[in-house]
This record gives sequence, C-alpha cells and structure tokens, in this order.
Amino acid sequence: MGARLKLIDVCQSFWQAVRQLSGDDGYERYLAHHAAAHPDTSPLSRSAWFAHRQQQKWSGVNRCC
Amino acid sequence: MKTNPTNILLWLIVSLLGASAVGGIALHRGESINALWFITAALCIYAIAYRFYAAWIAATVLSIDPSRATPAERLSNGRDYVPTHRWIVFGHHFAAIAGPGPLVGPTLAAQFGYLPGTLWILFGAVLGGCVQDMTTLFFSTRRNGKSLGQMARDELGAIGGSAALIATFLIMTILIAVLGLVVVNAMKNSPWATSTVAATIPIAMLVGLYMYKLRPGRVLEGSALGVVLLLMAVAGGGWLDGQAGLRVWFDHPGLSLAFAVIVYGFAAAILPVWLLLAPRDYLSTFVKLGTVVLLALAIVWLRPDIKMPALTQFVDGSGPIFGGKLFPFVFITIACGAISGFHALIASGTTPKLLSNERDIRMIGYGGMLMESLVAMMAMIAATVLDPGVYFAINSPAGVVGKTATEAVATISAWGFPVTVEQMNLLAQQMGEATLFARTGGAPSLAVGMASIFGSTFGQGMLAMWYHFAIMFEAIFILTTLDAGTRVGRFMLQDMLGNLWPAMGRTSWYPSVLLSSGLVVAAWGYFLYIGVIDPNGGVNILWPLFGISNQILAAIALCVATGILVKSGKLKYAWITVLPLIWLVIITSTASWQKLASSDPRIGFIAAANSLSDKLAAGALPPDKAAVAPQLIFNQQLDAVLVLFFVVLLWLIVGDMLRVCARHLRGKPVPPLAETAYHPSELEQAWVRD
Repeated sequence: MGARLKLIDVCQSFWQAVRQLSGDDGYERYLAHHAAAHPDTSPLSRSAWFAHRQQQKWSGVNRCC
Repeated sequence: MKTNPTNILLWLIVSLLGASAVGGIALHRGESINALWFITAALCIYAIAYRFYAAWIAATVLSIDPSRATPAERLSNGRDYVPTHRWIVFGHHFAAIAGPGPLVGPTLAAQFGYLPGTLWILFGAVLGGCVQDMTTLFFSTRRNGKSLGQMARDELGAIGGSAALIATFLIMTILIAVLGLVVVNAMKNSPWATSTVAATIPIAMLVGLYMYKLRPGRVLEGSALGVVLLLMAVAGGGWLDGQAGLRVWFDHPGLSLAFAVIVYGFAAAILPVWLLLAPRDYLSTFVKLGTVVLLALAIVWLRPDIKMPALTQFVDGSGPIFGGKLFPFVFITIACGAISGFHALIASGTTPKLLSNERDIRMIGYGGMLMESLVAMMAMIAATVLDPGVYFAINSPAGVVGKTATEAVATISAWGFPVTVEQMNLLAQQMGEATLFARTGGAPSLAVGMASIFGSTFGQGMLAMWYHFAIMFEAIFILTTLDAGTRVGRFMLQDMLGNLWPAMGRTSWYPSVLLSSGLVVAAWGYFLYIGVIDPNGGVNILWPLFGISNQILAAIALCVATGILVKSGKLKYAWITVLPLIWLVIITSTASWQKLASSDPRIGFIAAANSLSDKLAAGALPPDKAAVAPQLIFNQQLDAVLVLFFVVLLWLIVGDMLRVCARHLRGKPVPPLAETAYHPSELEQAWVRD
C-alpha cells in the first residue's frame, strides 16, 4: 500500500514538473502571485493573461541557434 | 569537499574510465570503433569538469553566495521575474540554447574525420562554452538580469556596447540564412519532405488558435494535439508522395523553395506571435526534447560502430563540404556544442530573472551547456556511423563532385571512400527519396544517420518514416529560429532606426513593423538566395561566416566577463575566461585572415571573386553559370568586407577590454562595477523546494 502511494506521489510530482516546465500551470501561478501581491485589484482573465505572456515572451532573444 | 575514501575511489574510477575512453578514441586506428566509447568519454569528462572545475569556479572565482537574494526574489512580479525551481529553469534554459546549431556543425565537421570534432566538442565545452555561459549568467544575475549589450556598455564603455549590438544583429542575419539553406537543401525535389514541412505551418496555426482562443493557456493540451498532428503529417507526406497528381505540387527546385522560405519568413514576422511563432515553439521544444532523448536511448541500446576514420585527408583543406584546413576551421565549424556566443544572450536577460538562488548557477549555466555538448556529440555519432562514402555523397555539392550520380560516386570513391550508384539508389529508395546526392547542409545526412539508428533499434520497416520524421524535426525548430530571429532582428532594427526617426522606434506601429521586418527578411533572404544559386553549395560560404560571427560574439562575452573579473580584484583567476578568449581570438583571426587572403578560391573570398571573374572574362563558363557569375562575384566581395568588419569589431572590443583592465590595474578611473547591492535572501527559509 505504502509503495503504491509513493508511486502515485512520484507520478504527481512528475506531472506537476511537466506542467510547470511547459507553462501549463502559468495562469494558476499568476493568480496565486496576484492574490499575494496585489489583493486589492482584480486579476487578468485567463485569455488576457495568456495574450500578455506571449507578447512578453517573444519580445527579446529567447531562442538560440 | 568531502574527502572520504569512497568518494575518492569513485572519482578515481571516473577519471580512469574517462581517460581510457578519450585515449581509446584518440589512438584507435583500424576498422571501426564503437559509439559507446564516445558517450563514455563525454559523460566522464562532463562529470569531472562539473564536479571539480565548475564547483571551483562557483566557490572560488565567482564567490557564489546562496544567502544573497536573486533578482527573481527581489523584483518578483509574477511575469518575467519569478523565482523558479532549478530543474524548471534548467529546462527553460536548455530549450532556449539548444537549437539546430549543435546538430548541423558536427555533421559538417565530420569531413575531417571523427576525432578533431569530437575532441573540440568535449574540451571546448568544459573549458570554454560552459565557462562562458556560467560566468555570463552569474554576472547578469548580479546585475538584475541585464543583457550582454548593456553589461558591455556599463562595464567596458560605449564601444563594447555597440560592438555587441552590431555583432548580434549580423550573426542573426547570417544564422537565419544558413539555417534557411539547410531546410531548402533538405526539401528540394522531395515532395514528402516539402509537404511535411509545409504542413507544420497550418498545424502550428491550429495549435495557436486552440491555445489562444479555444482553451486559453492550456499549453499541454494544445501541444499534445499538435504533436499528434505532426506525426500524422509525416505519415501523410509519405502517402502524398505516392499520388502522382498531388506530388507535383510539392516537387520544387531549391530556388523556388528559397523564395517560399523568404515569403514565409516575412509573413511569420508580421503575424501575431500567438498564431504561429509561439505555438510552433511549443511543438518544436517537445519534439526536440523527445527526439534527443530517443536518440540517446537508441545509441546506448544499439551501440553502433563508427565507420568514419579518425582523420581524413581533408585536414589539408581540400574538403568537399567546406574548404579550409583543420586548423582553424574545425573550431569555426563547430560553434554550438563547444562554445557559442549566442548563449550569452540567453544567459543574460531571460534566465537570470528566474533563478531562485545563486547556487543554481553552476547547474544551469555550466550544466546546460554540458547537455548541449552531449547533443553535439550525438550528432557527431549519427554522422559518422554512416559509410564515409555515403556521408560524402549526401553532403558534397554538385559543383565539387560532379553533377551526375556516376561522376559523383567516381570522385568520392577515388578519394578512398568507396560508394556505388546502386548503394545510393537503394538508400534513397529506403528513405523514400528520389535522390540523396548533393543534399549539402547536414540535415539530410543527419536524418539518414538517425533513421538508420532508429531503424535498427525500433525495426527496419519504417526507415522512410524515420528519415522524414528527422527532417521534420530539424525543419520545425529551424523555422522557429528563423521566425524568432527575424523578430528579434526587427526589434533591434526598430530600436536603431528609432534614434533617427522616433516613430520607427514604436514597436507596434504597423508601417514600422512592415518596413523593419521587410529589411531584416531582405538581409537574410539575400544570403539565402545566393547560397542556393551557388554551385558550390552556399554552405561552404555561409557556415564559416556564421561560425566566425558566433565565435566573435563569444569573444565579446568573454571580454565582458574578463573585464568584470579584473575590476572585481580577481586578476589571478581571470585566466578562466582569458584562456578561452585567447583561443577564440586566435581561431577567428586566423580564419578571417584565410577567408580574406587565401589564394585558394574555395577558401579566400577575394581569390574566389577574382578566379570567377577571370573565368567569366575568358568565356570559360557554361551559359547557366555565366548568368549567375556577376552576382556570385559581388557576393564574394561582400563576404570579404563582412569578415573584415567582424574581425575589426573583435579587435576593437578586445582592445577596449584591455584598456579598461590596464587602467584599473594602474589605479586610474574606469566605469564602476554595476553590481547590485547585497540583500539577504528570505526565500531560503520560507521556500519549499517543490
């Protein structure tokens, strides 16, 4: 039983790493940050946040040869 | 450092294993050598370098301070400054630095034999490239994530800053042109490859719409959908290739494809990023990581034999793929994978804003480059497991070995690398191509190498599928680099033009977007066009130009690092950056000099221009070559000017760095260190390492 729980744990943290690495959980992280840092203002909607992220990500050198 | 006996014994074994693997590779002469030796040598050397050299640099030279708050902690804003777990930063950093460069360079350099390239990939990385990436990452982290150009300006002066900016712009232009050429050579007269690569565009757009409109921000869902569609496109291309009515639509010579790539590049630069660039980048990252892992597993599983000799006769400079002697051209040809100046742009700017603790710098800066070096090593293996005759038949341009298959195999066999027309025809048929001759540029031979490794590991029946998968794999991130590079070039140009005419500097003003994108595309489009019409293959000219400019950018980064080390009172440790810097100055200056002054028209630009105009004047050229000769002559002259400009730029910045260091050592005023003040980190206690 214990070993099985451990396996589930490993899978979960792997999945979390994949989500974080790909940016899939970016909006949830943004919401968490927003709630902590600016609780008095309302956060961006999911699509507005994504549009903003994309624009920001691709305005500098971020891919190499 | 723990000095218990088990530890000492362990590292002793690693050292012995590494030394015997390197010795085995270097001294082996005979039939063939197993690829596993290469992997063993690489892993042992990387482990030793990381455990001892990198740790020593981190602790003693840079004095990394885990108690110091990083910019990500101090300036955390949930957007670009975000304290992030080190494995996540490592993933982002590696995905950003590893493009097609480490795959193409080693494949081309294999014309000298497996040994020179392999040694340079190993030792260039641990002593040069990794040190450059790590020091740049560290210094940028201590400066709130400033870019290399800003650091050069702050620490050395205006000359250094401008040199870095101009070098970046030019290297980008050359890089995009040569990568475009690699894709064109992989697609020419191949309906399967062309249709698959073409299909990646609507697939990326679909994924873009999915991630942006349908399910905003669901990156993994969108990417999974895209990867499935890409695999279907590879299979679909094979089906299409069998349909006589359809295949003609995708059967084009190099020149038409070059124009298609140019038009595409312009469209991609002006379309919104979410529609094409961003989704394709997700796809290319997943496909890249997946393929690299698969290739590593396949090499370990299959343990193929290396068939290329350790050294070939082409070390004398007569190589068919690019002209020039072993020294300095092997060091120019393999830039990415050993030392790549472009990494300094990633290591300053994006990555430092994610670091949650300075102690991660060793793993991300040094370790990230070690991974890229390993990718280059695998590309070297994939190129050298081919029969050398096959390797040269695929990579030698028609202008060198002859236009027909019979001529080409006769020339190549006469070099001592036996190959037959039947062998090449059978291989082409297995790979689902009409011909594999004269596909200069590295992508097709790498794809054949990968296809044979994958085919032997996962079943021979799918060779053609693996081949086109490998072509798609390279094309997809070459096109990502092409889009991203054009965009960055556009921003840089808008920034420069904005000084003359403020409206041009507004990055979202549409006329400015159109004009500056058009100029950037025209710049690389020109070099791509010339590369395609050049009967000697274009790669012969463009790849060395790219290598020289990339190494010069690396020299600029090392100049900045050296200047900062000296100004921080660490003169006695400055050799860690000075040694690779001296080496880069020697190889780039020698290569530039040979490119300018060599009397061999395959090496010297001026000699090539003169020889061609003599032939033109004497009427010795056939009509098709005479028609393009004036353009080629002009281009050779332009390339000569460009190389001269590069090397002047290099010496300017080296001189500037020496001036600043000399002034500092004599106690005269210099630009002050721009390091931000110490703030204790509060993250360490609260931070749960997830």
